[in-house]
Amino acid sequence: MANYKYHILICGGTGCRASKSEDISENFKRILVEKGLDKEVQVVETGCFGFCEKGPIVKMLPDNTFYVQVTSDNCEEIINEHIVKGRKVKHLLYIDPDNKHEVSDSKHMNFYKKQLRIALRNCGFIDPENIDEYIAREGYAALASVLEQNDPAAAIDTIKKSGLRGRGGGGFPTGLKWEIASKNHADQKYMICNADEGDPGAFMDRSILEGDPHSVIEAMTIGGFCIGATKGLVYIRAEYPLAIKRLEIAINQAREYGLLGKNILDSGFDFDLELRYGAGAFVCGEETALIHSMEGLRGEPTFKPPFPAQEGYLKKPSNVNNVETFANIPVIFNKGWEWFSSIGTEKSKGTKVFALAGQINNVGLIEVPMGITLREVIFEIGGGIKNDKKFKAVQTGGPSGGCLTESFLDTPIDYDNLLAAGSMMGSGGMIVMDETSCMPAVARFYLDFTVEESCGKCTPCRVGNKRLCEILDKIIGGKGTMEDLEILKNLSQVIKDTALCGLGQTSPNPILSTIDHFWDEYIAHVSEKRCPAGQCKAMKRYIILSDTCIGCTACARACPVGAISGERKSAHTINQDLCIKCGSCYDKCKFNAISIN
Amino acid sequence: MDKIKSLADLKKKRDELKASISLREDGDNAEQIVQIKVAMSTCGIASGAKPVMDALIESCSSLNIRAVVTQTGCMGYCYAEPTVEITKPGHEPIVFGYVTVEKAKNLVEKYIVNNEILEGVIPQSYQSIDNEI
Repeated sequence: MANYKYHILICGGTGCRASKSEDISENFKRILVEKGLDKEVQVVETGCFGFCEKGPIVKMLPDNTFYVQVTSDNCEEIINEHIVKGRKVKHLLYIDPDNKHEVSDSKHMNFYKKQLRIALRNCGFIDPENIDEYIAREGYAALASVLEQNDPAAAIDTIKKSGLRGRGGGGFPTGLKWEIASKNHADQKYMICNADEGDPGAFMDRSILEGDPHSVIEAMTIGGFCIGATKGLVYIRAEYPLAIKRLEIAINQAREYGLLGKNILDSGFDFDLELRYGAGAFVCGEETALIHSMEGLRGEPTFKPPFPAQEGYLKKPSNVNNVETFANIPVIFNKGWEWFSSIGTEKSKGTKVFALAGQINNVGLIEVPMGITLREVIFEIGGGIKNDKKFKAVQTGGPSGGCLTESFLDTPIDYDNLLAAGSMMGSGGMIVMDETSCMPAVARFYLDFTVEESCGKCTPCRVGNKRLCEILDKIIGGKGTMEDLEILKNLSQVIKDTALCGLGQTSPNPILSTIDHFWDEYIAHVSEKRCPAGQCKAMKRYIILSDTCIGCTACARACPVGAISGERKSAHTINQDLCIKCGSCYDKCKFNAISIN
Repeated sequence: MDKIKSLADLKKKRDELKASISLREDGDNAEQIVQIKVAMSTCGIASGAKPVMDALIESCSSLNIRAVVTQTGCMGYCYAEPTVEITKPGHEPIVFGYVTVEKAKNLVEKYIVNNEILEGVIPQSYQSIDNEI
């Protein structure tokens, strides 16, 4: 084996690849060969480092130097300076926004300081396309010891005691789920991985599959052994081509090593995996809909019971877990349930991965212990609100979740606290909004998503959400009445109570939570016809200031609907009935003679 | 590819493979293990720092010592090149000068293992303004 003195790790996640990280690694390899350094320096494409805001990321080891926003033009400089001369390339280091100093070690960055990476332990550390690196990091040791002990009940007990709960959103105890599935007897059972990540803005499952596919394969095999399933299925969306490719490579490598297939590790246990592709329907994240989709039927949910543990895929007992849940499992066996349950809060153990997005400085993927506060996540790890604007709300839980305001910033984040606060954990999307966000419009955005994604099977969801969307349109359009607000509240409650599946039951949540926390904004839209955030087009009025206007006619020529009239060299006026509020006149005016009310 | 047949088999394989990523793991926990910096600027390289660095890496791995060996720029002791700075966990860094391949092996065997101070120690005569970088 070559004895490398340096390792160059390059982020090969979808985010950094979109910024051409593939070219960077190609370039590094080419230059190293040219300089005859390819036997001393190893170039590794890893999974996501999480700090997507600053991508593409390049990490140099053993001195742990973290270069940000690297382009392939920087490769030569990094090799000449860092590798050959041993000097850091200062202009590629991360600059601490607080004291403007360069930080070279990621451990000193606020973004990483508070993180605890369990599910993401190997992301940004190993080459996901090389099973040997996974094995070197204790990979498949959990599976081997579970098989050697040969006691499924004891293994399930370990997961139960660890307190691990489903990371897909619901938070159902994983050990209990396995126990129920193990007690149902059948000639064939299935272990299913839900990789149909659908929440807008959430991408942790993709990153895990891209960065550490073996951890999911290992955990599914352990799960299969525990519940007595010999077949595993991964339901993954076809929009994740890189995750699919790496998962396929990983499955083949595991088969070659005898870690999948017949008689795994000589234990007599058979288990193999297959992929099933989803077409990217949000409702297929719901387990019964997911199973129908895998069977080749329409992706529609059915009433539970029967639960998948009783009658799942092809009417056989099946167990469905989310990608992130699986990624935690090998660690629980390797480090012990006592270790795992010592992290987190009383009822929510371990860590949670969040995808930070929206008006926040450090957009990216983070993993933090349960019980951390929103303030720590948004202001310390996330680096605060962009452009020094004021924090308004954070949306958690995707279209099923809700908005949390400033008063919740110090609430410890866990499943139960978020539910009590009127939102939910969901899969971990966290969209931060600043003072310029209009809350009824935010609710409208999520509702629009649910209307698009509703499968149409039950009336409350199919018709009800459409009506909610129309009422919100009316309010945002400046035509809402107080009666509309009452209907909005009532109808939301009815949909919540009567819809068939989780999608419908939670779809009004964005409305209910914004009504709860931002009632005054709804009132302002309805009674004053005013948008406090200044976002809603319909409430805007463009007015020409007659004192400032010199009558250059630029605005009148720009107006696409001919709403502006006036004589040359005298003040113009806008006909408010014709104005479509496109803002063209405002952009054209060179004399600041147009104001927006 | 040979199939893995048991937990013991897997552990054996893991131990064989461990070396391939130990550099990354050690780099991640540098404070807890021995850090060795070899000055590798023009003066250092001209005096033979490259074979010294190779010797340090080799003797550390042959003695199973977890150490991060990195190169650094000129420390200013050009008269004493090649120079090597060794930081053992819990100890102050010590700079050794006039290091040859032979002496490099001795440094690992005597200083790192037995805490025996060898000749050629360059007294620390400067203060650093920034420990972050």
